[in-house]
Amino acid sequence: MSLATSPAPAAIDGKAVPIETPLARFVSDFCESRVAVAALAVLVLIVALAVLAPWITPQNPYDLAQVDVLDSRLAPGEKSFKGPTHWLGTDGAGRDLFSAILYGLRISLSVGVMSGLIAMALGTSVGLIAAYAGGRLDTLIMRLVDLQLSFPAILIALMLIAMLGKGVDKIIVALVAVQWAYYARTVRGTALVEQRKEYVEAAVCLGLSNSRIVFRHILPNCMPPLIVLATVQAAYAIALEATLSFLGVGLPQTEPSLGLLISNGFEYMLSGKYWISFFPGIALLVTIVAINLVGDQLRDVLNPRLRR
Amino acid sequence: MRLARRLLVALALAMAPPAFAEELKIGLAAEPSAMDPHFHNLTPNSGMLSHVFERLVETAPDNKLVPGLAESWRTLTDTVWELKLRRNVKWHDGSPFTADDVIFTFARAPNVPNSPSSFAAAVKGKTIKKIDDHTIEISTPAPHPLMPNDLSNLLIVSKKHGDGAKTEDYNSGKAAIGTGPYKLVRYVPGDRVEMARNDAYWGGKPQWEKLLFKPIKTGPARVAALLAGDVDFIEDVPTADIERLKKEPKLALSQGVSRRVIYFHMDQFRDDSPFIKGKDGSAIKNPLKDTRVRLALSKGINRDAIVSRVMEGVAIPASQLLDHSFFGTSRKLQPVAYDPEGAKKLLADAGYPDGFKMTLHGPNGRYTNDVKIAEAVAQMFTRIGVETAIESLPPSVFFSRASIGAGGQPEFSFILVGWGADTGETSGSLKPLVGTFDKEKGTGTANRGRYSNPVLDKLIAEAQATVDDAKRAEILARASEMAMQDVAIIPSHYPVNTWGARKGLKVQPRADEYTLAMSVTKE
Amino acid sequence: MTAFILRRLMQSAAVVAIMSLIVFFGVHVVGDPVYLLINPMADQKEIEEAIRALGLDRPIWEQYWHFLAGALEGDLGRSFVFGEPALKVIVQRMPATLELAFAALMMAILLGIPLGLYAGLYPDRLASRTIMAGSIVGFSLPTFWVGILLIMVFAVMLGWLPSTGRGETATVLGLTSSLFTLDGLSHILLPAFNLALLKISLVIRLTRAGAREAIHQDYIKFARAKGLSGRRVIGVHLLKNIMIPVVTVLGLEFGGLVAFSVVTETIFAWPGMGRLLISSIQSLDRPVIVAYLLIIVLMFVAINLLVDVLYSVLDPRVRLGEKSA
Repeated sequence: MSLATSPAPAAIDGKAVPIETPLARFVSDFCESRVAVAALAVLVLIVALAVLAPWITPQNPYDLAQVDVLDSRLAPGEKSFKGPTHWLGTDGAGRDLFSAILYGLRISLSVGVMSGLIAMALGTSVGLIAAYAGGRLDTLIMRLVDLQLSFPAILIALMLIAMLGKGVDKIIVALVAVQWAYYARTVRGTALVEQRKEYVEAAVCLGLSNSRIVFRHILPNCMPPLIVLATVQAAYAIALEATLSFLGVGLPQTEPSLGLLISNGFEYMLSGKYWISFFPGIALLVTIVAINLVGDQLRDVLNPRLRR
Repeated sequence: MRLARRLLVALALAMAPPAFAEELKIGLAAEPSAMDPHFHNLTPNSGMLSHVFERLVETAPDNKLVPGLAESWRTLTDTVWELKLRRNVKWHDGSPFTADDVIFTFARAPNVPNSPSSFAAAVKGKTIKKIDDHTIEISTPAPHPLMPNDLSNLLIVSKKHGDGAKTEDYNSGKAAIGTGPYKLVRYVPGDRVEMARNDAYWGGKPQWEKLLFKPIKTGPARVAALLAGDVDFIEDVPTADIERLKKEPKLALSQGVSRRVIYFHMDQFRDDSPFIKGKDGSAIKNPLKDTRVRLALSKGINRDAIVSRVMEGVAIPASQLLDHSFFGTSRKLQPVAYDPEGAKKLLADAGYPDGFKMTLHGPNGRYTNDVKIAEAVAQMFTRIGVETAIESLPPSVFFSRASIGAGGQPEFSFILVGWGADTGETSGSLKPLVGTFDKEKGTGTANRGRYSNPVLDKLIAEAQATVDDAKRAEILARASEMAMQDVAIIPSHYPVNTWGARKGLKVQPRADEYTLAMSVTKE
Repeated sequence: MTAFILRRLMQSAAVVAIMSLIVFFGVHVVGDPVYLLINPMADQKEIEEAIRALGLDRPIWEQYWHFLAGALEGDLGRSFVFGEPALKVIVQRMPATLELAFAALMMAILLGIPLGLYAGLYPDRLASRTIMAGSIVGFSLPTFWVGILLIMVFAVMLGWLPSTGRGETATVLGLTSSLFTLDGLSHILLPAFNLALLKISLVIRLTRAGAREAIHQDYIKFARAKGLSGRRVIGVHLLKNIMIPVVTVLGLEFGGLVAFSVVTETIFAWPGMGRLLISSIQSLDRPVIVAYLLIIVLMFVAINLLVDVLYSVLDPRVRLGEKSA
């Protein structure tokens, strides 16, 4: 954490080393923490595994023709009666756990990312509108945001699920509903600051349209805090989905996400068949820790107050 | 660290109950919703309240009917029953039990305000008359052989305390004055129910001085509580843990087959069933109307695999609607053997050589391992060419859609459900499950496949009017055979209930799934 | 100030009304609780009778109107499952939840502040790095998974603590709580820790950040220059200044603890209102769901208002009624 000791303001520093582009500086700043780099590597690996799951897993755990109940609850390394070895064992329905974890990751990550993207789009638009419109509309929107943020996300999600029922689409709706306000508040805050800067005034003088100013000029400058927020929220969304599934109000059981796999394995915790819940738990833990570590470093790097 | 450990040990010692207190702590899987015996007709409520209140006719662990508050009963004519009430019975406050209490109970049971499921059925169509303080007569418009079974569902409350009492008064303990072996001490919803021994109990001194019931809904947590010694006795040991717990020297398990069957209902009333499609996704006529197709599906189920792999051995492959140890079942029926080749051939004969596509709907978390059973069966069907997808729904959604989801008619094509015969005899399954759906007659109430066979209906009606037990059993057995011949439903298995207790306790398993302190004795 | 509070209350009332409307209709759309509640043996007539008994035969608008009329008189309807007033059903279970949240809060403070302080004062030591790494893991761990592991290790394998449930209660100064008995304390330890885990991580991070900032400030340097002992500098001067943001945040987090107890209560069979909410959602016990929501909204409005008012009292720079971000 030697960042704060550098006395030179950012602009001068940037001119002093003209070869360094902002991206290059960002990369080198990020790489200062070896832990963060390692976390990023792990995260990339996890995402790659999840995306490539259909090509690298021995089994499609959602295809009932490939899963056999006679293979259920095999210990790690045991052979199925058809021949292939299940290196992480199988779960109660006979799914190969390695395959189930990767497919579960796919669902968990896509739920996290999908809900994050939608919430970001929604929250950002609302935040920008609030900042740019100001006045009563701004007050109304921010009142709404404050209200929502004063309630714990899990409660809002629970209430929504109680109303909507189960399903991937419903979980995404619930997760969007609990996340959008964070984006709205962050964007509005940043946008208000940016609005007063000269480049916006210049754009106004040039006679550019409102939407062009907002989306082409202000928005890009709001990105750094948004990126940080997005990583933190992604981790949160994944954990929240897992929790809801565990409580029995999340995803349908036939195509389990990581959270549901853990939840299904929960009943085997005391039976000595630890692997059914343990391995998915580790996968979830590693994923969330990696995202959080990356997010932490991003926050340090992108925080303008700490920037050299 | 060592200090902490020592402290904890000291703490544990300080808190350990003195050895002489004869307290039994029971971990429950399902919590009763009230202490009012007529509020909610549901197994957890009836089980819990069996400690405090009693019935005229009681059910023994093996499902035989035995005298309770009624010493004896007999039929005077085909439609009139006479019951002699026990004379030496006192309510918990010392007042005597008389015929007036029974008459009061009959009036109260169907009229509890806000009851989500009343006991109206137990008293429906019965006229009760007091002959003297310890004799009553009950008459019905038509012969009713199931009278003792009906009476075995109804807990008798005291007129003195129950008059004008609301459900709240029972919950607070004010009106919860019974004749049973234990007195209600405290009911803290969601937390505990405490009871104390009724020293004046007519049936002899009950074994336990104090009872503590704790609801622990999550299976592993319940087992953990037993392993950790927080409770002495738990119900509904999860199937996943049984294998390991059997090896645990600190514990003893006891098991008994339940009067429940897990089975599949098939749409047999629509020509176009909403969740059945051809292999290419095109619309096809409902194949489940063809007996050969239904039999093929039955042959396609590997019941032994379901029992050994999914239920981990704690179930019995089913041949009919109730295990053959119960009244009115057929000894001739055997579980349909697993025969995938035969199933494929039958499908080909019926005109489906390539099979078809189908969605199996089932509840999620209502029956032991319900989703896993659905998954396993879908796997098996897919192997005989019937490509099966599963959709598991929360019970709150599943049951209303499965009953009236399609404009008042059952919505699904093929469902996994369970059925428990409350009366303990096959008539309790045949009439609601495979009897023709008829709102007026009250038959086929849970017939979500709408199978209908007038000959079978007649047999069931005949059995219902036959007071002679042997004859009735024979008719019911024939009816069961007929239903299975038609593959009216596909039975899968009978779950086995498991109770776990600490070493030194002996638990008598009960077919009615009640968890009773009376079933537990010290070895 | 009064105008501000009045306006706040009116806004909150509007929110409560809208929320109740949405939830009331939403739960109605999901499904019908009758088929779940009723004894399966019941015939069609009994089912219809039960639907009537629960008032579900009337049109949904009428049901809502009925609910509103009752709510204005403080009657939030009767639980379908328990047959008692929904408000009573919830209030009965409230002490257990509040006590759990309180215990978790205490734990977060007692564990989080010393650890955070240490990590802030000696940032380069191995122990500090471990603490910080632990805090990241701490808020990455899914609560439910940790709960299971805690039961496994401390109740089943080691046998030190009871696995589930709430212990004996005792009444002290008119307050009935299981925190007053040894049995109760031993029962609350695991669930409270489970619930506190996230907050411990939060407090560690807040305290560490605060300590790192404060240590370079003049008043600490002065205190040291005055020759005060290191212990006194840290214990009195430093801690006092760090505590303000920590306590503020924790005050706001108390509500979060109450909400998140849903998960902990489910695992540890804790007889609080969180577990009631889950089972009510599962059985579509609409009166309880709606009443729970209303109670919790009121609770949060009260907490937020209290924090705002306290803030303005403590910090004269904050003026209520003006724009607050």
